[in-house]
Amino acid sequence: MSAVPARTLRLELTDASRPRLARHARLKFDKVRELWVLLVPERVLVPDETAIEILNLCDGERSIEDVVDLLSEKYAADRELIRTDVIALLQDLADKGYLINAAEEKS
Amino acid sequence: MSDLLEQPKAETKPLSGAGKSYGIPMSVLAEITHRCPLQCPYCSNPVELDRANAELTTDEWKRVISEMADMGVLQIHFSGGEPTARRDLAELIRHATEVGLYSNLITSAVLLTRDRLAELSDAGLSHVQISFQGSEAQLADRVGGYRGGHGKKLEAARWTRELGLPLTINAVMHRQNLHQLPEIIEMAVALDAERLEVANVQYYGWALKNRAALMPTEEQVDWTTQIVEEARERLHGILAIDYVIPDYYALQPKKCMGGWGQQFFNISPSGKVLPCHAAESITGLQFDSIRDHSLAWIWENSPALNLYRGTDWMPEPCRSCALKEEDFGGCRCQAFALTGNASATDPACSFSPFHEKIFRAAKTEAEGSDQFIYRNFKGGTPEANRS
Repeated sequence: MSAVPARTLRLELTDASRPRLARHARLKFDKVRELWVLLVPERVLVPDETAIEILNLCDGERSIEDVVDLLSEKYAADRELIRTDVIALLQDLADKGYLINAAEEKS
Repeated sequence: MSDLLEQPKAETKPLSGAGKSYGIPMSVLAEITHRCPLQCPYCSNPVELDRANAELTTDEWKRVISEMADMGVLQIHFSGGEPTARRDLAELIRHATEVGLYSNLITSAVLLTRDRLAELSDAGLSHVQISFQGSEAQLADRVGGYRGGHGKKLEAARWTRELGLPLTINAVMHRQNLHQLPEIIEMAVALDAERLEVANVQYYGWALKNRAALMPTEEQVDWTTQIVEEARERLHGILAIDYVIPDYYALQPKKCMGGWGQQFFNISPSGKVLPCHAAESITGLQFDSIRDHSLAWIWENSPALNLYRGTDWMPEPCRSCALKEEDFGGCRCQAFALTGNASATDPACSFSPFHEKIFRAAKTEAEGSDQFIYRNFKGGTPEANRS
């Protein structure tokens, strides 16, 4: 089993991380229920409006810093508060394996 | 972010008849075949298995998969038997992808090749769940009744990750393999799985036949809980562990399937629509088939689905219980298996008059023989050289 490089390190997000949803975490608008859902293995999550906006900005190109900048500008709110919220949401998803840091991906 | 399961209020619609409501079905277990090379003694399939010639055709499955998407189903779990025993699996997954469903494969993995798995991945498969019977070949292959199975599973788990698919390890646990749990957890980490399901055997069908050989001891259950709690903390962000304590040692019943006919259904290989995979163990119920009706019609009108929806059907002690909408009286199949009456309170509940009796039975059976009765189309075969 030692031949397989196991994911023994937790993905810890920083301002420079460029997160995007993993292939198996699919954000979609469900027309029948008329709400956004995040489809993940064996579960369906319902993101709130803020989470939907953040996830739609996380395209693997923008850094967390870029996302926080965009949101602070749009809502004219305290940047540090927004940063805390963004990282808390994304770290939780990363801990569940639903998020990838594109900055660490081998190209 | 909350689970959709926890927010059914806005989307339940009233049925004719007070006190009954049901949701938009969220996920479907598609048991596309009962054929399987393994013979696990706790198999969740009914004791009377559907034969290959009774199975739905490719076109019938494609039709119901389209109907699922129209109804609002979001996820499909391809299961069995062994789903990869059907040659049209990639075609069914591709169709599910085309109509917007998220697909999971629930497999024993012993029939997979790397090419086959790549074909399923290309068809849009989103997640693979592989069952394991132990942490090493000797015990695991004996439980599955299939020589070389454990090694094949390890190989398939590696291919899964190489292809970039997320992996869940489903470890079915019972008295004879619980001592391997620490090694199973390490195996899941080494295989780079994201989730491990520590699935205690549920005693219906085949597992009920094998209860004496499978029932864990109380000491094992306490020890397991400690191991899981320690591993969850240590592996936070690396491996998620799902664990439910076995019913027979619980005080409160599980909210089985989120309530009968609420958000899930199961389609059997021959096309019957069931509220769960074990429901055919309740004798006397007639389940409707997709060969006779549309899925939407069945979901709304099937008498068997409506029978235990909501709370009106409940007898005491459920009827006046403050928790009745929390657990919906537990599991109907278990109530039937243990009391002969499917509308009784699940004996896993400490308020059930049968609770004490089943707990005592569990303790006695945990000292029983280790001999298995293997699952097969002949109604079961006792394990040789062991009694």
